Amino acid sequence: MTGWRAGIAATCLVIAIWQITVWTTGVARFILPPPMLVAETIWADRALLLEHAGVTLLEILIGLALGAVLGFVSAIALVASPMARALVRPMLVFSQAIPVFALAPILTLWLGFGLWSKITMALIIIYFPVTSSFFDALMRSNKDWIGMARVMGASPARIMWHIRIPAALPGFASGLRLAAVYAPIGAIIGEWVGASRGLGYLMLLANGRAKTDLMFAALIILALMTVILHAAVSKLCETAFERASN
Amino acid sequence: MGYGPLALKTALKLAGSASIGGTPIFSDISLTVERGKWTCLLGASGVGKSTILRLFAGLADGVQINGDLQAPERVALMAQQDLLLPWLNVLDNVLIGARLRGEKPDHNKALQTLAKVGLGEHAERRPSALSGGQRQRVALVRTLMEGCETVLLDEPFSALDALTRAQMQDLAADMLRDRTVLLVTHDPGEAARMGHKIVILTRDQLLDIPTPSGGVPRPVEQPDVLMVQSRLLTTLRDAA
Repeated sequence: MTGWRAGIAATCLVIAIWQITVWTTGVARFILPPPMLVAETIWADRALLLEHAGVTLLEILIGLALGAVLGFVSAIALVASPMARALVRPMLVFSQAIPVFALAPILTLWLGFGLWSKITMALIIIYFPVTSSFFDALMRSNKDWIGMARVMGASPARIMWHIRIPAALPGFASGLRLAAVYAPIGAIIGEWVGASRGLGYLMLLANGRAKTDLMFAALIILALMTVILHAAVSKLCETAFERASN
Repeated sequence: MGYGPLALKTALKLAGSASIGGTPIFSDISLTVERGKWTCLLGASGVGKSTILRLFAGLADGVQINGDLQAPERVALMAQQDLLLPWLNVLDNVLIGARLRGEKPDHNKALQTLAKVGLGEHAERRPSALSGGQRQRVALVRTLMEGCETVLLDEPFSALDALTRAQMQDLAADMLRDRTVLLVTHDPGEAARMGHKIVILTRDQLLDIPTPSGGVPRPVEQPDVLMVQSRLLTTLRDAA
Protein backbone atom coordinates (compact mmCIF):
# COMPACT_ATOMS: atom_id res chain seq x y z
CA MET A 1 0.00 0.00 0.00
CA THR A 2 2.89 2.33 0.86
CA GLY A 3 4.36 1.56 -2.59
CA TRP A 4 1.12 2.59 -4.29
CA ARG A 5 0.90 5.79 -2.26
CA ALA A 6 4.50 6.65 -3.06
CA GLY A 7 3.85 5.96 -6.76
CA ILE A 8 0.79 8.24 -6.84
CA ALA A 9 2.68 10.96 -4.94
CA ALA A 10 5.62 10.75 -7.41
CA THR A 11 3.22 10.94 -10.40
CA CYS A 12 1.47 14.00 -8.91
CA LEU A 13 4.86 15.62 -8.34
CA VAL A 14 5.95 15.05 -11.96
CA ILE A 15 2.63 16.45 -13.28
CA ALA A 16 2.98 19.48 -10.98
CA ILE A 17 6.54 20.20 -12.19
CA TRP A 18 5.38 19.73 -15.78
CA GLN A 19 2.47 22.18 -15.33
CA ILE A 20 4.65 24.73 -13.51
CA THR A 21 7.25 24.52 -16.30
CA VAL A 22 4.53 25.23 -18.91
CA TRP A 23 3.19 28.19 -16.86
CA THR A 24 6.51 29.76 -15.99
CA THR A 25 8.26 29.40 -19.37
CA GLY A 26 5.25 30.06 -21.57
CA VAL A 27 6.58 27.38 -23.94
CA ALA A 28 4.58 26.76 -27.12
CA ARG A 29 2.00 23.93 -27.03
CA PHE A 30 3.62 22.12 -29.94
CA ILE A 31 6.93 22.02 -28.00
CA LEU A 32 5.54 21.03 -24.58
CA PRO A 33 1.79 20.57 -24.29
CA PRO A 34 0.32 21.12 -20.80
CA PRO A 35 -0.77 17.99 -18.86
CA MET A 36 -4.48 18.88 -19.14
CA LEU A 37 -4.26 19.05 -22.94
CA VAL A 38 -2.55 15.64 -23.06
CA ALA A 39 -5.27 14.22 -20.76
CA GLU A 40 -7.95 15.65 -23.08
CA THR A 41 -6.17 14.13 -26.11
CA ILE A 42 -6.00 10.74 -24.41
CA TRP A 43 -9.77 10.89 -23.82
CA ALA A 44 -10.65 12.27 -27.25
CA ASP A 45 -8.40 9.87 -29.18
CA ARG A 46 -8.97 6.86 -26.92
CA ALA A 47 -10.17 4.61 -29.74
CA LEU A 48 -7.13 5.42 -31.90
CA LEU A 49 -4.71 5.02 -28.98
CA LEU A 50 -6.32 1.73 -27.89
CA GLU A 51 -6.12 0.31 -31.40
CA HIS A 52 -2.40 1.06 -31.72
CA ALA A 53 -1.66 0.10 -28.11
CA GLY A 54 -3.31 -3.28 -28.79
CA VAL A 55 -0.90 -3.93 -31.67
CA THR A 56 2.16 -2.95 -29.60
CA LEU A 57 0.93 -5.02 -26.66
CA LEU A 58 0.52 -8.07 -28.87
CA GLU A 59 4.09 -7.66 -30.20
CA ILE A 60 5.41 -7.27 -26.66
CA LEU A 61 3.51 -10.28 -25.26
CA ILE A 62 4.51 -12.65 -28.07
CA GLY A 63 8.13 -11.40 -27.88
CA LEU A 64 8.11 -11.84 -24.12
CA ALA A 65 6.68 -15.37 -24.29
CA LEU A 66 9.12 -16.48 -27.00
CA GLY A 67 12.07 -14.80 -25.27
CA ALA A 68 11.16 -16.45 -21.96
CA VAL A 69 10.90 -19.93 -23.51
CA LEU A 70 14.08 -19.53 -25.58
CA GLY A 71 16.00 -18.06 -22.62
CA PHE A 72 14.81 -20.88 -20.34
CA VAL A 73 15.84 -23.62 -22.77
CA SER A 74 19.15 -21.93 -23.72
CA ALA A 75 20.25 -21.46 -20.10
CA ILE A 76 19.60 -25.15 -19.36
CA ALA A 77 21.47 -26.22 -22.50
CA LEU A 78 24.41 -23.99 -21.59
CA VAL A 79 24.57 -25.40 -18.06
CA ALA A 80 24.14 -29.01 -19.17
CA SER A 81 26.81 -28.92 -21.88
CA PRO A 82 30.30 -27.50 -21.22
CA MET A 83 30.86 -27.63 -24.99
CA ALA A 84 27.82 -25.39 -25.63
CA ARG A 85 29.04 -23.09 -22.86
CA ALA A 86 32.48 -22.75 -24.42
CA LEU A 87 31.08 -22.13 -27.92
CA VAL A 88 27.92 -20.12 -27.38
CA ARG A 89 28.66 -17.97 -24.34
CA PRO A 90 31.27 -15.73 -25.99
CA MET A 91 28.87 -15.29 -28.93
CA LEU A 92 26.09 -14.31 -26.54
CA VAL A 93 28.26 -11.65 -24.94
CA PHE A 94 29.47 -10.47 -28.36
CA SER A 95 25.87 -10.16 -29.56
CA GLN A 96 25.27 -7.64 -26.80
CA ALA A 97 27.96 -5.39 -28.25
CA ILE A 98 25.81 -4.86 -31.39
CA PRO A 99 23.40 -1.94 -30.91
CA VAL A 100 19.81 -3.17 -31.23
CA PHE A 101 18.93 -0.04 -33.24
CA ALA A 102 21.36 -1.17 -35.94
CA LEU A 103 19.54 -4.49 -36.29
CA ALA A 104 16.05 -3.02 -36.71
CA PRO A 105 16.36 -2.04 -40.42
CA ILE A 106 17.85 -5.45 -41.27
CA LEU A 107 15.06 -7.27 -39.44
CA THR A 108 12.45 -5.15 -41.21
CA LEU A 109 14.12 -5.98 -44.51
CA TRP A 110 14.12 -9.69 -43.73
CA LEU A 111 10.80 -10.07 -41.92
CA GLY A 112 8.73 -7.30 -43.44
CA PHE A 113 6.63 -4.48 -41.99
CA GLY A 114 4.30 -6.78 -40.07
CA LEU A 115 4.29 -8.05 -36.51
CA TRP A 116 7.24 -10.44 -36.82
CA SER A 117 10.01 -7.87 -37.23
CA LYS A 118 8.83 -6.17 -33.98
CA ILE A 119 8.35 -9.46 -32.14
CA THR A 120 11.88 -10.46 -33.16
CA MET A 121 13.27 -7.12 -31.93
CA ALA A 122 11.56 -7.60 -28.56
CA LEU A 123 12.80 -11.19 -28.44
CA ILE A 124 16.41 -10.20 -29.20
CA ILE A 125 16.41 -7.47 -26.60
CA ILE A 126 15.08 -9.71 -23.79
CA TYR A 127 16.84 -12.95 -24.69
CA PHE A 128 20.14 -11.99 -23.07
CA PRO A 129 18.82 -10.82 -19.65
CA VAL A 130 16.53 -13.87 -19.35
CA THR A 131 19.22 -16.37 -20.39
CA SER A 132 21.92 -14.69 -18.36
CA SER A 133 19.90 -14.42 -15.10
CA PHE A 134 18.69 -18.01 -15.32
CA PHE A 135 22.11 -19.34 -16.35
CA ASP A 136 23.83 -17.61 -13.42
CA ALA A 137 21.21 -18.97 -11.00
CA LEU A 138 21.60 -22.49 -12.40
CA MET A 139 25.40 -22.29 -12.09
CA ARG A 140 25.07 -21.21 -8.45
CA SER A 141 23.28 -24.45 -7.51
CA ASN A 142 23.99 -25.56 -3.95
CA LYS A 143 26.86 -28.07 -4.28
CA ASP A 144 25.72 -29.96 -1.19
CA TRP A 145 22.25 -30.56 -2.68
CA ILE A 146 23.89 -31.88 -5.84
CA GLY A 147 26.24 -34.09 -3.78
CA MET A 148 23.26 -35.47 -1.84
CA ALA A 149 21.45 -36.23 -5.10
CA ARG A 150 24.52 -37.98 -6.51
CA VAL A 151 24.78 -40.19 -3.41
CA MET A 152 21.09 -40.98 -3.89
CA GLY A 153 21.89 -42.31 -7.35
CA ALA A 154 20.39 -39.51 -9.45
CA SER A 155 21.29 -38.96 -13.10
CA PRO A 156 22.45 -35.46 -14.17
CA ALA A 157 19.12 -34.96 -15.98
CA ARG A 158 17.09 -35.73 -12.86
CA ILE A 159 19.36 -33.52 -10.74
CA MET A 160 18.67 -30.75 -13.24
CA TRP A 161 14.90 -31.30 -13.16
CA HIS A 162 14.36 -31.93 -9.45
CA ILE A 163 17.03 -29.70 -7.90
CA ARG A 164 18.85 -27.22 -10.12
CA ILE A 165 15.84 -25.84 -12.05
CA PRO A 166 13.52 -25.37 -9.03
CA ALA A 167 16.37 -23.78 -7.05
CA ALA A 168 17.15 -21.38 -9.93
CA LEU A 169 13.55 -20.26 -10.63
CA PRO A 170 13.95 -17.03 -8.61
CA GLY A 171 16.84 -16.14 -10.97
CA PHE A 172 14.61 -16.85 -13.97
CA ALA A 173 11.95 -14.61 -12.40
CA SER A 174 14.51 -11.75 -12.09
CA GLY A 175 15.27 -12.11 -15.80
CA LEU A 176 11.56 -12.04 -16.67
CA ARG A 177 11.00 -8.88 -14.61
CA LEU A 178 13.80 -7.16 -16.53
CA ALA A 179 12.38 -8.53 -19.79
CA ALA A 180 8.97 -6.98 -19.03
CA VAL A 181 10.63 -3.56 -19.02
CA TYR A 182 12.93 -4.18 -22.01
CA ALA A 183 10.43 -5.86 -24.37
CA PRO A 184 8.44 -2.63 -25.07
CA ILE A 185 11.71 -0.91 -26.07
CA GLY A 186 12.32 -3.60 -28.70
CA ALA A 187 8.80 -3.38 -30.08
CA ILE A 188 8.88 0.43 -30.28
CA ILE A 189 12.27 0.48 -32.02
CA GLY A 190 10.89 -1.99 -34.54
CA GLU A 191 7.85 0.21 -35.14
CA TRP A 192 9.97 3.32 -35.62
CA VAL A 193 11.98 1.68 -38.36
CA GLY A 194 9.04 0.45 -40.36
CA ALA A 195 5.42 -0.13 -39.42
CA SER A 196 1.89 0.89 -40.28
CA ARG A 197 0.45 0.22 -36.81
CA GLY A 198 1.46 0.43 -33.16
CA LEU A 199 2.26 3.15 -30.62
CA GLY A 200 5.77 3.70 -32.04
CA TYR A 201 4.26 4.29 -35.48
CA LEU A 202 1.62 6.63 -33.97
CA MET A 203 4.34 8.63 -32.18
CA LEU A 204 6.27 9.14 -35.41
CA LEU A 205 3.07 10.08 -37.26
CA ALA A 206 2.07 12.60 -34.56
CA ASN A 207 5.57 14.03 -34.52
CA GLY A 208 5.54 14.57 -38.28
CA ARG A 209 2.25 16.48 -38.03
CA ALA A 210 3.39 18.55 -35.02
CA LYS A 211 0.66 16.92 -32.89
CA THR A 212 2.89 16.85 -29.82
CA ASP A 213 -0.08 16.29 -27.51
CA LEU A 214 -0.88 13.01 -29.32
CA MET A 215 2.79 12.05 -29.15
CA PHE A 216 2.77 12.62 -25.40
CA ALA A 217 -0.50 10.73 -25.10
CA ALA A 218 1.01 7.71 -26.91
CA LEU A 219 4.11 7.95 -24.74
CA ILE A 220 2.05 7.98 -21.54
CA ILE A 221 -0.02 4.99 -22.71
CA LEU A 222 3.22 3.12 -23.50
CA ALA A 223 4.69 3.95 -20.08
CA LEU A 224 1.47 2.86 -18.34
CA MET A 225 1.45 -0.35 -20.34
CA THR A 226 5.06 -1.09 -19.33
CA VAL A 227 4.37 -0.40 -15.65
CA ILE A 228 1.29 -2.66 -15.70
CA LEU A 229 3.17 -5.36 -17.60
CA HIS A 230 6.04 -5.25 -15.09
CA ALA A 231 3.60 -5.48 -12.17
CA ALA A 232 1.72 -8.36 -13.82
CA VAL A 233 4.93 -10.30 -14.59
CA SER A 234 6.17 -9.71 -11.02
CA LYS A 235 2.87 -10.97 -9.61
CA LEU A 236 2.90 -13.98 -11.93
CA CYS A 237 6.49 -14.83 -10.95
CA GLU A 238 5.64 -14.45 -7.28
CA THR A 239 2.68 -16.83 -7.60
CA ALA A 240 4.30 -19.34 -9.94
CA PHE A 241 7.75 -19.42 -8.33
CA GLU A 242 6.71 -18.78 -4.74
CA ARG A 243 7.55 -22.41 -3.97
CA ALA A 244 11.14 -21.94 -5.03
CA SER A 245 11.77 -18.61 -3.37
CA ASN A 246 10.40 -19.75 0.00
CA MET B 1 35.01 -50.28 -5.49
CA GLY B 2 33.27 -53.50 -4.43
CA TYR B 3 33.23 -56.15 -1.78
CA GLY B 4 36.49 -57.86 -0.92
CA PRO B 5 37.07 -61.11 0.94
CA LEU B 6 36.11 -59.48 4.27
CA ALA B 7 32.67 -58.57 2.94
CA LEU B 8 30.73 -60.73 5.39
CA LYS B 9 31.95 -58.83 8.42
CA THR B 10 33.25 -55.59 6.94
CA ALA B 11 30.97 -53.06 5.32
CA LEU B 12 33.53 -50.35 4.52
CA LYS B 13 37.28 -50.51 4.17
CA LEU B 14 39.94 -47.95 3.42
CA ALA B 15 43.59 -48.92 3.46
CA GLY B 16 46.28 -46.64 2.09
CA SER B 17 46.92 -42.95 1.65
CA ALA B 18 45.10 -40.15 -0.15
CA SER B 19 46.14 -36.95 -1.87
CA ILE B 20 44.66 -34.11 -3.88
CA GLY B 21 46.77 -32.95 -6.81
CA GLY B 22 49.91 -34.40 -5.21
CA THR B 23 49.25 -32.84 -1.78
CA PRO B 24 48.86 -35.63 0.81
CA ILE B 25 45.67 -35.55 2.91
CA PHE B 26 46.41 -38.51 5.15
CA SER B 27 49.21 -41.07 5.12
CA ASP B 28 49.06 -44.82 5.32
CA ILE B 29 45.96 -45.70 7.38
CA SER B 30 43.72 -48.72 7.65
CA LEU B 31 40.08 -48.21 8.56
CA THR B 32 37.50 -50.98 8.62
CA VAL B 33 33.87 -50.40 9.48
CA GLU B 34 32.14 -53.46 10.85
CA ARG B 35 28.75 -54.45 9.53
CA GLY B 36 25.79 -53.60 11.79
CA LYS B 37 27.86 -51.46 14.19
CA TRP B 38 28.44 -47.75 14.86
CA THR B 39 31.99 -46.62 14.13
CA CYS B 40 32.87 -43.10 15.27
CA LEU B 41 35.65 -41.23 13.51
CA LEU B 42 37.13 -38.26 15.36
CA GLY B 43 39.93 -35.88 14.48
CA ALA B 44 40.99 -32.26 14.41
CA SER B 45 39.57 -29.95 11.74
CA GLY B 46 41.17 -30.37 8.33
CA VAL B 47 42.72 -33.74 9.10
CA GLY B 48 40.68 -35.51 6.42
CA LYS B 49 37.72 -37.04 8.30
CA SER B 50 35.14 -35.72 5.90
CA THR B 51 37.32 -36.73 2.94
CA ILE B 52 37.18 -40.34 4.15
CA LEU B 53 33.40 -40.08 4.36
CA ARG B 54 33.19 -38.53 0.90
CA LEU B 55 35.43 -41.27 -0.48
CA PHE B 56 32.99 -43.89 0.79
CA ALA B 57 30.09 -41.86 -0.61
CA GLY B 58 31.73 -41.55 -4.03
CA LEU B 59 31.83 -37.76 -3.76
CA ALA B 60 35.57 -37.16 -3.35
CA ASP B 61 36.20 -35.75 -6.83
CA GLY B 62 39.89 -35.15 -7.47
CA VAL B 63 41.12 -37.27 -4.53
CA GLN B 64 43.64 -39.93 -5.48
CA ILE B 65 43.75 -43.08 -3.38
CA ASN B 66 46.91 -45.07 -3.17
CA GLY B 67 45.63 -48.33 -1.70
CA ASP B 68 42.35 -50.14 -1.32
CA LEU B 69 38.86 -48.63 -1.00
CA GLN B 70 35.82 -50.84 -0.54
CA ALA B 71 32.26 -49.60 -0.17
CA PRO B 72 28.82 -50.83 -1.21
CA GLU B 73 27.42 -49.48 -4.45
CA ARG B 74 24.78 -47.48 -2.58
CA VAL B 75 25.12 -45.76 0.78
CA ALA B 76 22.99 -43.15 2.54
CA LEU B 77 24.53 -39.87 3.67
CA MET B 78 23.35 -37.41 6.30
CA ALA B 79 25.30 -34.17 6.70
CA GLN B 80 25.59 -31.35 9.21
CA GLN B 81 23.21 -29.23 7.17
CA ASP B 82 19.82 -30.84 6.79
CA LEU B 83 19.87 -30.09 3.01
CA LEU B 84 16.07 -30.01 2.89
CA LEU B 85 14.74 -28.51 -0.33
CA PRO B 86 12.82 -25.37 0.67
CA TRP B 87 10.30 -25.61 -2.19
CA LEU B 88 9.12 -29.09 -1.15
CA ASN B 89 7.06 -30.01 1.89
CA VAL B 90 8.33 -32.46 4.50
CA LEU B 91 6.77 -35.52 2.84
CA ASP B 92 8.18 -34.67 -0.60
CA ASN B 93 11.57 -33.99 0.95
CA VAL B 94 11.78 -37.45 2.49
CA LEU B 95 10.67 -38.97 -0.83
CA ILE B 96 13.19 -37.04 -2.93
CA GLY B 97 15.60 -40.00 -3.21
CA ALA B 98 13.00 -42.18 -4.96
CA ARG B 99 12.05 -39.31 -7.30
CA LEU B 100 15.70 -38.68 -8.13
CA ARG B 101 16.15 -42.33 -9.09
CA GLY B 102 12.90 -42.39 -11.08
CA GLU B 103 11.33 -44.90 -8.68
CA LYS B 104 7.77 -44.89 -7.39
CA PRO B 105 7.77 -43.06 -4.03
CA ASP B 106 6.42 -45.07 -1.07
CA HIS B 107 4.10 -42.52 0.59
CA ASN B 108 2.82 -44.89 3.27
CA LYS B 109 6.27 -45.88 4.48
CA ALA B 110 7.33 -42.22 4.52
CA LEU B 111 4.28 -41.20 6.56
CA GLN B 112 4.81 -44.08 8.99
CA THR B 113 8.49 -43.21 9.48
CA LEU B 114 7.66 -39.53 9.94
CA ALA B 115 5.10 -40.53 12.59
CA LYS B 116 7.75 -42.68 14.32
CA VAL B 117 10.03 -39.65 14.77
CA GLY B 118 7.09 -37.54 15.95
CA LEU B 119 6.61 -35.55 12.75
CA GLY B 120 3.41 -37.20 11.48
CA GLU B 121 1.52 -33.91 11.85
CA HIS B 122 4.13 -31.97 9.90
CA ALA B 123 4.11 -33.93 6.63
CA GLU B 124 2.49 -31.11 4.65
CA ARG B 125 4.61 -28.33 6.14
CA ARG B 126 7.50 -26.56 4.51
CA PRO B 127 10.96 -26.97 6.10
CA SER B 128 11.01 -23.23 6.91
CA ALA B 129 8.15 -23.83 9.38
CA LEU B 130 10.20 -26.34 11.41
CA SER B 131 12.78 -25.95 14.19
CA GLY B 132 16.43 -27.00 13.71
CA GLY B 133 15.84 -30.26 15.58
CA GLN B 134 12.70 -31.06 13.59
CA ARG B 135 14.51 -30.38 10.31
CA GLN B 136 17.32 -32.73 11.30
CA ARG B 137 14.69 -35.40 12.14
CA VAL B 138 13.24 -34.95 8.64
CA ALA B 139 16.78 -35.39 7.25
CA LEU B 140 17.10 -38.59 9.32
CA VAL B 141 13.83 -39.92 7.87
CA ARG B 142 15.03 -39.04 4.36
CA THR B 143 18.24 -41.00 5.10
CA LEU B 144 16.20 -43.97 6.39
CA MET B 145 13.95 -43.89 3.31
CA GLU B 146 17.03 -44.62 1.19
CA GLY B 147 16.83 -48.17 2.57
CA CYS B 148 20.62 -48.52 2.56
CA GLU B 149 22.32 -50.92 4.91
CA THR B 150 25.30 -48.56 5.25
CA VAL B 151 24.76 -45.02 6.54
CA LEU B 152 27.37 -42.27 6.60
CA LEU B 153 26.80 -39.48 9.12
CA ASP B 154 28.88 -36.30 8.72
CA GLU B 155 28.58 -34.39 12.01
CA PRO B 156 24.80 -34.49 11.69
CA PHE B 157 24.04 -33.20 15.18
CA SER B 158 26.79 -30.63 15.65
CA ALA B 159 24.62 -27.61 14.82
CA LEU B 160 21.99 -28.54 17.43
CA ASP B 161 21.72 -27.37 21.03
CA ALA B 162 22.90 -29.83 23.73
CA LEU B 163 19.45 -31.15 24.67
CA THR B 164 18.24 -31.57 21.07
CA ARG B 165 21.55 -33.19 20.19
CA ALA B 166 21.18 -35.80 22.96
CA GLN B 167 17.58 -36.49 21.83
CA MET B 168 18.69 -36.83 18.21
CA GLN B 169 21.48 -39.24 19.22
CA ASP B 170 18.93 -41.44 21.02
CA LEU B 171 16.54 -41.29 18.08
CA ALA B 172 19.25 -42.04 15.51
CA ALA B 173 20.58 -44.98 17.58
CA ASP B 174 17.05 -46.38 17.72
CA MET B 175 16.14 -45.81 14.06
CA LEU B 176 19.51 -47.01 12.71
CA ARG B 177 19.73 -50.13 14.89
CA ASP B 178 21.40 -53.05 13.08
CA ARG B 179 22.64 -50.82 10.28
CA THR B 180 26.28 -50.08 9.57
CA VAL B 181 27.01 -46.51 10.59
CA LEU B 182 30.15 -44.43 10.12
CA LEU B 183 29.76 -41.28 12.21
CA VAL B 184 32.24 -38.45 11.69
CA THR B 185 32.14 -36.17 14.70
CA HIS B 186 34.05 -33.41 16.51
CA ASP B 187 32.40 -34.25 19.81
CA PRO B 188 34.23 -36.73 22.11
CA GLY B 189 31.06 -37.02 24.23
CA GLU B 190 29.05 -38.09 21.18
CA ALA B 191 31.68 -40.66 20.19
CA ALA B 192 31.79 -42.09 23.73
CA ARG B 193 27.97 -42.46 23.74
CA MET B 194 27.46 -43.76 20.21
CA GLY B 195 30.51 -45.77 19.14
CA HIS B 196 30.81 -49.56 19.12
CA LYS B 197 34.22 -48.65 17.77
CA ILE B 198 36.01 -45.31 18.13
CA VAL B 199 38.96 -44.18 16.03
CA ILE B 200 40.89 -40.90 15.97
CA LEU B 201 42.44 -39.73 12.73
CA THR B 202 45.68 -37.75 13.10
CA ARG B 203 48.08 -36.47 10.43
CA ASP B 204 50.02 -39.71 10.32
CA GLN B 205 47.93 -42.47 11.88
CA LEU B 206 44.57 -43.86 12.90
CA LEU B 207 44.30 -44.53 16.63
CA ASP B 208 41.92 -47.18 17.97
CA ILE B 209 40.43 -46.08 21.29
CA PRO B 210 38.88 -48.65 23.67
CA THR B 211 35.13 -48.07 23.95
CA PRO B 212 33.00 -47.84 27.10
CA SER B 213 30.92 -50.87 28.14
CA GLY B 214 27.30 -51.47 27.11
CA GLY B 215 25.25 -50.96 23.97
CA VAL B 216 24.60 -47.64 22.26
CA PRO B 217 23.37 -45.07 23.04
CA ARG B 218 25.13 -45.16 26.39
CA PRO B 219 23.90 -42.99 29.26
CA VAL B 220 25.79 -39.69 29.43
CA GLU B 221 26.43 -40.10 33.14
CA GLN B 222 27.89 -43.64 32.87
CA PRO B 223 31.37 -43.43 34.54
CA ASP B 224 33.33 -45.14 31.77
CA VAL B 225 31.57 -42.99 29.13
CA LEU B 226 32.88 -39.93 30.95
CA MET B 227 36.33 -41.50 31.22
CA VAL B 228 36.49 -42.34 27.51
CA GLN B 229 35.23 -38.85 26.68
CA SER B 230 38.05 -37.35 28.71
CA ARG B 231 40.60 -39.70 27.15
CA LEU B 232 39.40 -38.83 23.65
CA LEU B 233 39.75 -35.14 24.39
CA THR B 234 43.29 -35.63 25.74
CA THR B 235 44.31 -37.71 22.72
CA LEU B 236 42.83 -35.13 20.33
CA ARG B 237 44.69 -32.35 22.14
CA ASP B 238 47.97 -34.26 22.07
CA ALA B 239 47.57 -35.06 18.38
CA ALA B 240 46.88 -31.44 17.44
